[in-house]
Amino acid sequence: MAENSIKIRAKKVDDLVHVKTLIKHEMTSTMHGETSSPLFIQEVNFEHNGSTVFKANWGSSISKNPYLSFKFEGGNSGESITVSWIDNAGDTDSLTAIIG
Amino acid sequence: MKLLSQKRLYKYCCNATLTLIIGLLSFNLLADPASDKEKFQNFFSKKFPSIEFNEFANGVYAIDPESRAQWKDIEEFPPYVFAIEEGEKLFKTPFITGRTYADCLPDRGIGIAHTYPRFNVRKNQVVTLAQELNTCRQFNREEPLPWGRGDLALILAYLASTSRGKEISITISNAASEDAYNKGKKLYYSRTGQLNISCAHCHVDNAGKRIRADILSPALGQTSHFPVYRARWGEMGTLHRRFAECSELSRAKAFPLQSEEYRNLEYFLSYMGNGIEANGPGARK
Repeated sequence: MAENSIKIRAKKVDDLVHVKTLIKHEMTSTMHGETSSPLFIQEVNFEHNGSTVFKANWGSSISKNPYLSFKFEGGNSGESITVSWIDNAGDTDSLTAIIG
Repeated sequence: MKLLSQKRLYKYCCNATLTLIIGLLSFNLLADPASDKEKFQNFFSKKFPSIEFNEFANGVYAIDPESRAQWKDIEEFPPYVFAIEEGEKLFKTPFITGRTYADCLPDRGIGIAHTYPRFNVRKNQVVTLAQELNTCRQFNREEPLPWGRGDLALILAYLASTSRGKEISITISNAASEDAYNKGKKLYYSRTGQLNISCAHCHVDNAGKRIRADILSPALGQTSHFPVYRARWGEMGTLHRRFAECSELSRAKAFPLQSEEYRNLEYFLSYMGNGIEANGPGARK
C-alpha cells in the first residue's frame, strides 16, 4: 500500500466546497517505451457523509502526479471528506481531511 | 588649402570621438560589481515601474496578469511539495560513514541556499550549493549525483525551501572573485549560437515582450526560485539544467553543467538579484 501519496485541501467558499488534491503516482504509460505494462490509477473516489460526491475512472493518459480539483454542494465546514484511489496493480491509498 | 584643413579638422574630431567612445566602453567594462548591480536593478524598475522590487522573483508572473492567475492557482497546490518532502528525507539520510550532508555545510545546511554561489578562496573558484553537496558525498565515499535532475534537484529543493523569504546575499570580496564575476558578466552579454543572441538580448533588452507564444522574463531575480518544477520537464530541475536549455535555445552547444562558465554565470546573475527575497523551489510552465 502506498503511503503519504495524497495531499488534499477542502474549503467552503459561499455555498460550495472547493476540493483540491494532488496524488503522487508514477502513472507510466507504454508510450515512451519505459515499460511494457502500464501502471496507472484506475479509480479515484471522494466520499462525503458516506456518499460519493466525485468519482473518476482514469486511464494511462493521465499525467504523472495528477492534480484534481472540483466543487460540490451540500458540504459544511468541520465535516470530513475522504479520498481514495486504486491503481491497475491493486495498490491503493486513502486520506481523510476536514473541510475548512 | 582650406579644404585640407577642414579634412584634418574632421579627422581630428573623428579620432577624438572614437577615443571617447572607446574610453567610455572600457570604463563600462571595468565598472565595479556594486555599481553594475545598481544600474541593472534601476534599469528594471524603470522598465517596469508598477512592479515592486520583490515581485521580480516571480519572473513572467510578475508582469503578465493572465499567466499570473494560472500560476497562482498552481502555487496554491504546487507540484514541488513532494520534492521538498523527498529532498528532506534524502538530506537527512546518513552516508555509509554515518555522517550526513548537514555535517559538511555551514549552519548544517538550513537557511543557506540564498547565500550561494560563494567564492571559495582556497579553491580560487566559484562554488555552488550543488557542488558542496556532491563534494560532501565524495568526502563520505559516496558516488556523486547527476547535476541536472533527480536526487540532487530534490535535496536542493528542500534546502531552497529553508531559505524562503531571506534576501539573496552574494558577496564579491576580493580581486579573484571580481574576476569570476566579470567572466560571468561577459558570458551573459556575449552573442552565442546560430541565432547569434546573448542572454541579455532576450532577458534585458526585450524582457516583457513576446517570443512567439511566450513572454520573456526579466533577468532580475531569475535565480531566486531554483530549483524549479517545469511543466515542460514534468519534474524538478536545477539552475544549470535551465542554463543549458537556454544555450540550446539559442542553438549553441551547452557548456557542461557546473562548468566554470555556468558557475561564473550563476555568480553574476545571482549577484544582480541581491536583495530580492529567495522563493525557491518554484513552479514554471
